[in-house]
Amino acid sequence: MYPYIPNTPQDEQEMLQAIGLDSMDLLFEDIPKDVRLTRPLNIPPSKSELEVSSYLKSLADKNCSVSRMACFLGAGAYDHYIPSVIDAIISRSEFYTSYTPYQPEISQGTLQYIFEYQTLISNLTGMDLANASLYDGGTAVTEAALMACAYSRKGEIIVSAGVNPQARRILKTYAHAQNLKVVEVETKEGVTDAERLNELISDETAAVIVQNPNFFGLLEDLKTLGEIAHKGKKVSMIASVNPISLALLKKPGELGVDVVVGEGQPLGIPLQFGGPYLGFMAVKKDYMRKLPGRIAGETTDLDGKRSYVLTLSAREQHIRREKATSNICSNQGLNVLAATVYMVTMGKEGLREAANQCVQKAHYAFNELTESGKYRPLFDKPFFMEFALTSDVDADKINKALLEEKIIGGYDLGRDYPQYKNAVLYAVTEKRTKEEIDKLRRVLEGVK
Amino acid sequence: MMKYYNKLIFELSKPGRKAYSLPALDVDEKPLNNLIPTEFLTDKELNFPEVSEVDVIRHYTNLSNKNYGVDKGFYPLGSCTMKYNPKINEAAARYDGFANLHPLQEEACVQGALQLMYELEKSLCEIAGMDRFTLHPAAGAHGEITGIMLIKAYHDKRGDFKRNKIIVPDSAHGTNPATAAMAGYSIVEIKSYENGLVDLEALREAAGEDTAGLMLTNPNTLGLYDRGVKEIANIVHEAGGLLYYDGANMNAIMGHARPGDMGFDTVHYNLHKTFSTPHGGGGPGSGPVGCKEILAEFLPVPLVGKREDGTYFLDYDVPDSIGKVKDFYGHFGILVRAYTYILMMGNDGLKKASEMAVLSTNYIKEKLKDYYHLPIDTLAKHEVVFGGLKDKSTGVTTLDIAKRLLDYGYHPPTVYFPLIIDQALMIEPTETESKETIDGFIDAMIAIAEEAKSNPELLKTAPHNTIVRRPDETKAARNPVLKYEG
Amino acid sequence: MKVLEGLYYSKSHEWVKVDGEEAFIGITDYAQEHMGDIVYVELPEVDDEFEKEDSFAVVESVKAASDVYLPVSGIILAVNQALEDDPAILNADAYENWIVKIALNDKAELDELMTSEEYEKFLAEEA
Repeated sequence: MYPYIPNTPQDEQEMLQAIGLDSMDLLFEDIPKDVRLTRPLNIPPSKSELEVSSYLKSLADKNCSVSRMACFLGAGAYDHYIPSVIDAIISRSEFYTSYTPYQPEISQGTLQYIFEYQTLISNLTGMDLANASLYDGGTAVTEAALMACAYSRKGEIIVSAGVNPQARRILKTYAHAQNLKVVEVETKEGVTDAERLNELISDETAAVIVQNPNFFGLLEDLKTLGEIAHKGKKVSMIASVNPISLALLKKPGELGVDVVVGEGQPLGIPLQFGGPYLGFMAVKKDYMRKLPGRIAGETTDLDGKRSYVLTLSAREQHIRREKATSNICSNQGLNVLAATVYMVTMGKEGLREAANQCVQKAHYAFNELTESGKYRPLFDKPFFMEFALTSDVDADKINKALLEEKIIGGYDLGRDYPQYKNAVLYAVTEKRTKEEIDKLRRVLEGVK
Repeated sequence: MMKYYNKLIFELSKPGRKAYSLPALDVDEKPLNNLIPTEFLTDKELNFPEVSEVDVIRHYTNLSNKNYGVDKGFYPLGSCTMKYNPKINEAAARYDGFANLHPLQEEACVQGALQLMYELEKSLCEIAGMDRFTLHPAAGAHGEITGIMLIKAYHDKRGDFKRNKIIVPDSAHGTNPATAAMAGYSIVEIKSYENGLVDLEALREAAGEDTAGLMLTNPNTLGLYDRGVKEIANIVHEAGGLLYYDGANMNAIMGHARPGDMGFDTVHYNLHKTFSTPHGGGGPGSGPVGCKEILAEFLPVPLVGKREDGTYFLDYDVPDSIGKVKDFYGHFGILVRAYTYILMMGNDGLKKASEMAVLSTNYIKEKLKDYYHLPIDTLAKHEVVFGGLKDKSTGVTTLDIAKRLLDYGYHPPTVYFPLIIDQALMIEPTETESKETIDGFIDAMIAIAEEAKSNPELLKTAPHNTIVRRPDETKAARNPVLKYEG
Repeated sequence: MKVLEGLYYSKSHEWVKVDGEEAFIGITDYAQEHMGDIVYVELPEVDDEFEKEDSFAVVESVKAASDVYLPVSGIILAVNQALEDDPAILNADAYENWIVKIALNDKAELDELMTSEEYEKFLAEEA
């Protein structure tokens, strides 16, 4: 017997009898002999919960979790504070053991939190509407670009070198498959080169993609870049943004951005070695019918009660098949709930306070780390909570020295930008303390 | 009787309330505009609610009460494999060393995570009969596009650029054609035989020099094992195309047959179906993609490798890789859950799971076929498709039956899919339901069939006992209200 | 099912009302009834040019989306903006509410379409 298979041998016999078969084996007689597997699968036999959990704990313990260290690593995933209410809510099995809300009568919980999430994301980004989420920030950039191509019926995408390198690689993978052209616009002193963008915009351009704060942590002039982008006909200005930053920064909606995407992990989702996270997408009204992914909407039921349903589904694969706006047929469900609970828990003041602490601590760290002159700012531009420092010391050596002192160092920019060898990108969230930052300085000063 | 709850979180907001707490800032605070130039800063307040922690917990607990999940009861949603989600999975994914690991940490710091991914890949390969797996894809549809891009890369590398078509049977999931189009292919849809199996003649006619590949699920969306699969593979391979296996229905055959042995070149699993990771109200799922050796050189980067000294590493050395399809390495938290399940079940348990899933399906089929129209009465695998009520005279539709099932406390089956069966009702019980549970469902279905004769109005106006009744989808789509305006 | 006299009809259930060198195009009563409650019409842009039998618009109901094909080739002169605000008018009267107005490229193409009598017969056969 197995804990998740309740039927007893007696049940099995009764059921077999009911269908008129003598043995379980006959249930598979429609599979021809030449493809029947006649040996046991070469994986270990079943185990008890105690054995499995002790083995998995041993694997988990081989990892150095950020909870036991001071983490200054960001580059797309961030060690923010996660309020305890989130796990309490997402652990409710009415939420996590349900499917996509196809039957609205028994899915109002899911549908309503999606509706709340769409509202919060719309308000945060200053856009007209949001979808129910996409896989992650990187694929959201690609989905936005594909939507822009469908919207404009054009096939060239201009992407800033300041966009997360992972997102750009994903974009290139998909663009290659669809014969779309991806053109990169370089950065100048760390931010998107506006003059160069101006030269690149053409009648073929479908989209311009920038990130803010960009991969180097610097603030981009979205307004100017958007104005340049909109010189082309039906060009979509796409901005990938950090949601926490929007508590303080001007909203993309105020700056002429058409499509806002971003990585939702900072909104209460644990790092968990890279996923599952959450891609958010919010747009101007014109894009409503071209949006990929699920969307919840408000309506009334037979008795006139306010209720929620999945809506605008004629965009989607199960109806439009090969003409669908995307093949996506899920959202990040439970992570949408986590982000929703995060946003309402932090609320109007809390998100602002968290964002302010990130900015204050990051700037304190920047000043401390650059004071002696051993580590120099890679760029001299305003930044949010991440900044790059360069030095004569090998990035790998720095991070090894930090690790010995239980500090997770920054991201080695040389991995993606050969011209920035030995430059390290540090992220400072509200979770870091002055003590940790001061220790980071001490250890860095000591690295030879 | 519980009080009906109908508030949005925004309607609970009261200025000055808060649900968060943060430590006092321990560095000297500077005016924000000294740190960030004013032109970047907003002067608007954030339009977010102000509520207490108690408000948050009560609100979302109340919302959870409006949901139905596998933990509440039977969820026979066809093609979704709504099996029970073991609790050890949830515990394991929350172990500190898994949950709080940054994806860009040094290799030495993440050995346990890499080892888990390495071992999971090996298990997935063995179960599917494949040589390698990428764990990156976030969901089934994401797996599909990854697999199709592998096929494209294969043909491209051979300079075989004339192959611009993907063959898809008409019984396929809607994602299949959408995926092929997303990968830049045009679609050739081929008819199925009346029994839902691939029409070999139609396939022979469709396959040719322009065939890049075929997408197929086996057992198919009618829950039937396609005996012709080896012949199908031969036809496509002889035409120079490759075969993609949509693993949505893998729960039918674990330990009994493997897509690799049937002739498929690439395959995706839905870990949230077959390997018991929770559906989460729509996600996050995970859709790893496996392939035979001929396609391994195109897999997305990074793969997980093991050195001779026993250490694990992220392997970016895949020169012909299609590139990246996903941030980082996939949904690691879901991978932990799926691996936990595989360890718990073992080779014996997985095999048993498929047996019980198939047994329960056939049991339901036998018990209901006198009441519901069964278009194809042969041995079923993990799911069975009925075409509405046997007695069509009442005017009661599949939708009415589904809505009436809600009154009986069950999640309805999948309705109106596959498209090739009129009034389709697709039932997938999975192995995690007891005979008593299944008998209860069968009784409800029979009672509904009786009601359809005695009191059809009761069904046409169902549901009657749910908190809301048939929300108006037309209104929602005509005048979309997609956010709360206050 | 209503079929108006004096219009041209296509097998994919569009109608054409000729006005000199121009024509109005819409979907037939049969088409709207078949679609059910129409929730959205995706319209082309003025000056877009289409070949005969090209898809120029999409009509969406809750559970379906159907391409609308241009029965004859032409250039879009105007689109019916009223459909954007209230797509339900197509259900109310599919003949009164045209979708686009086009400049005809070749009036000879009209000869290949059905008359109202022929279309009625066609519908009867379809059923």
